[in-house]
Amino acid sequence: MPAEITALINGFPLAPEVFLAICAIVLLLVGVMREETSAGPVAILAILALILTGALIVLAESGPRTAFGGAIIDDAFARMMKLLTLAASALSIILSLDYLRREGIFKFEYPVLILLATLGMMLMISSNDLITVYLGLELQSLALYVIAAFHRDNVRSSEAGLKYFVLGALSSGMLLYGCSLVYGSTGSTSFAQIAIAAQAQPASIGLIFGLVFVIAGLAFKVSAVPFHMWTPDVYEGAPSPVTAFFSAAPKVAAMALFTRVVIDAFPGAVDQWRQIVIAIAALSMALGAFAAIGQRNIKRLMAYSSIGNVGFALVGLSAGTVEGVQGLIVYMAIYIAMTLGAFACIIAMRRDGKSVEDIDELAGLSRAQPVTAFILAMLMFSLAGIPPLAGFFAKFYVFDAAIKAQLFWLAVFGVVMSVIAAFYYIRIVIIMYVYEPAERFEPMAGSVKFVFALTGAFVLLYFILPNPLIETASQAARSLF
Amino acid sequence: MTDWPILSTVTFLPLLGAALILMLRTDDADSRRNARWIALWTTLITFGVSLFVLIGFDPSTANFQFIEKQPWIGDAISYHMGVDGISMPFVILTTLLMPLCILASWEAIETRMKEYMIAFLVLETLMIGVFCALDLVIFYLFFEGVLIPMFLIIGVWGGKRRIYASFKFFLYTLLGSVLMLLAIMYMYGQAGTTDIPTLLAFKFTPEMQFWLWLAFFASFAVKMPMWPVHTWLPDAHVEAPTAGSVILAGILLKMGGYGFLRFSLPMFPLASADFAPLIFALSVVAIIYTSIVAYAQTDMKKLIAYSSVAHMGFVTMGIFTATTQGIQGGVFQMISHGVVSAALFLAVGVIYDRMHTREISAYGGLADRMPLYAFCFMLFTMANVGLPGTSGFVGEFLSLMGAFRVNTWVAFLATFGVIASAVYALFLYRHVIFGKLEKANLKAIADLSPREIAIMAPLVILTIVLGFYPAPVLDYTAASVQKLITNYDAALAAAAKLQFAAQ
Repeated sequence: MPAEITALINGFPLAPEVFLAICAIVLLLVGVMREETSAGPVAILAILALILTGALIVLAESGPRTAFGGAIIDDAFARMMKLLTLAASALSIILSLDYLRREGIFKFEYPVLILLATLGMMLMISSNDLITVYLGLELQSLALYVIAAFHRDNVRSSEAGLKYFVLGALSSGMLLYGCSLVYGSTGSTSFAQIAIAAQAQPASIGLIFGLVFVIAGLAFKVSAVPFHMWTPDVYEGAPSPVTAFFSAAPKVAAMALFTRVVIDAFPGAVDQWRQIVIAIAALSMALGAFAAIGQRNIKRLMAYSSIGNVGFALVGLSAGTVEGVQGLIVYMAIYIAMTLGAFACIIAMRRDGKSVEDIDELAGLSRAQPVTAFILAMLMFSLAGIPPLAGFFAKFYVFDAAIKAQLFWLAVFGVVMSVIAAFYYIRIVIIMYVYEPAERFEPMAGSVKFVFALTGAFVLLYFILPNPLIETASQAARSLF
Repeated sequence: MTDWPILSTVTFLPLLGAALILMLRTDDADSRRNARWIALWTTLITFGVSLFVLIGFDPSTANFQFIEKQPWIGDAISYHMGVDGISMPFVILTTLLMPLCILASWEAIETRMKEYMIAFLVLETLMIGVFCALDLVIFYLFFEGVLIPMFLIIGVWGGKRRIYASFKFFLYTLLGSVLMLLAIMYMYGQAGTTDIPTLLAFKFTPEMQFWLWLAFFASFAVKMPMWPVHTWLPDAHVEAPTAGSVILAGILLKMGGYGFLRFSLPMFPLASADFAPLIFALSVVAIIYTSIVAYAQTDMKKLIAYSSVAHMGFVTMGIFTATTQGIQGGVFQMISHGVVSAALFLAVGVIYDRMHTREISAYGGLADRMPLYAFCFMLFTMANVGLPGTSGFVGEFLSLMGAFRVNTWVAFLATFGVIASAVYALFLYRHVIFGKLEKANLKAIADLSPREIAIMAPLVILTIVLGFYPAPVLDYTAASVQKLITNYDAALAAAAKLQFAAQ
């Protein structure tokens, strides 16, 4: 590689983001020029742009670097989470290619919006200042509101977009209010400055109030209880590939932001925020476990499942330690594979040219399509946390961190909830393997098959070589402290 | 030969067979036949290879043998395999029962033969792995992984209420196990490793032993199963296909007993001593109460399932006496029960395949038409009762002897279980085999086929040989059991000394 390019990447921490932004704008122009026929090429180029952005991140020199007076930080944690986000976004675009075409809503705006949302997520992950937090968050959210309603002739999709917008705006408001309180009591928006001001004991009441509102806003974005209400409706209403995207990339970014805010900005108020995180983790796990049992629609079920999974990931954060953050990173990495795999199957559930979403439609799948059924069964066992599948390792590391941080009761509560949640995961397996067969689904498109096989293989074979992910996550976690 | 990783070979050979079956593309009669033969040969070869473990095993030492160690996750968790005198017999038991299970499913399984055989071979890998693992995380991986194939075996190929039974089996055992997982994490945090030999030498504080013991107990008591958490077992047994019941009774239940021996007793000796009265009480209740419950059953499989719970009561009682006789009796009882209960389930399977009912009242007078069958069934019934000269006697006698040395009341009450087992077992035998052959549909019933004789013969021989000459098993286990007891007593003595010094 030419030395100038290397120097450019290394000298400017924001290079990947700038590259992605340029890509998004160029693709938008291409789309506008070429109009209707351009959706396919734009989507392919968007995937390529995401891959190249990932390459830029990998190629940059390691070590924490800041830009814009410390408003942006690029460290091992940011790099790891950005790579996860990029991977999730790229896989989501691949998942949507065939679906959108069949539904007749394949427009060039879709990949461009995903690129813009991903750009926002990368800013969120790298943000080291409350202002950048908000900038990244809003860029992401605005793009997400639009793609939730992307099937604009469909009432449910429009409703999903509207609901998401109204509740998202509310949460942004809460976050902003919290930010203003924090700024008011510390006199700065920079995480480093806030951290210094928050060292004072006892913490001022304004700061605690601000912290609570900031966490409430972030909990909205990761869909943790009690700010989860939008999730089932949006998941159900949005087109399936959009739901797949929602359940993966924004979750990773919001989790990363959550982690960075509480760890970097509020190390002095660690007792205060840990209480809150413990509570929302426990509530999310419980709601995810119980509320999903009664669901008949598989997308709603996955919505509650995602709430529960966020709860498990937050168990890692509530430890507040390096191990905890490591567990959270491992959890999110494995979770995006599991959820994208499950959604690949949901996207492929089509009969007579229409997509079906009822769980009972999976009846007898193991006879009609044994390979599909097997992979989905493994994904479900993995979501339930049964070894030797990947989901077990995800749960292992978060609960291990909780135990080391002496959070025994949270850990016991968590594993009991995971057993309850196992009920609805294995019920899907029973439906596929025991019930009388329904008709076959339409054949799975090649692009969907690719994602399905990739995630299935990852989940099934992860145990053979678990070390790389765990070591990388450990390095990433250490860079935060 | 010495460097060859023989335990990994035994463990993962079945997986290779499963992969071969997976490659059969079509689902016609030919591929079904091929699947059966591949499965049979795989399990037979696995059994053959496992005999090298038996031959190469050195019974004079209590150390782990055939050690294999590879780094896996970080520095703390490694792929560590090895067997000692306590685990080795279970490996052989597993590899021995598997070909019989495949044979028992030869014609009984009508649908999805390929998937069925794959499930069984995967199950075998996981079960052998449980007994060979010398790392807690690896152990847990195998221990918990067993749930997936077993859940599918009950759920897909089971009887009428199979969905209920498979859910109950899965969730019950999962709930017990996750608590053990938390305990494993705590031990990992304290000792900095999950290596079992290292942890065996690690001293946990008495307070922590209390909690860790309870967490492990939650898992193993459910698996064993002990009264009052045994209720999943009768359901699972009744609904599972014959071979599934055989594996459940023969191997899966032993994982609980093995866990007590490998973890609870040696790693938490102080807590084990404190909790021994609780174990004794639960064991005695299990022995007497479930024997009475067994008598009330009308379903043959359910009756044998309850009798399993009672027999496992002897095992737990024996193990927690922490005496040589008690522990050796417990181990022997597990091996013997592995053979005998497996044989009984197979025997029930034989007539179920013919008549498609397990109701005791549907049979009677089978001795007229099936003399060979009547002989096998009688032998296993007697072994189940614990008649001297059968393997069942040795285990019960030794564990009662151990119990007698520790607590005469426990031994006294448990002995009633022996009588009670005679009541229900003979009741079953009389109603099924004796009496007049009156029922019209039984008149044409055929005696054992050559295939069924091939299944029964090894079990018949083992039951009698182990009954008359139990020394081989006892010799293999002696050194390891002795070391366990020495360490246990030393730990208790050290704690007592500490307490004395504090006063």
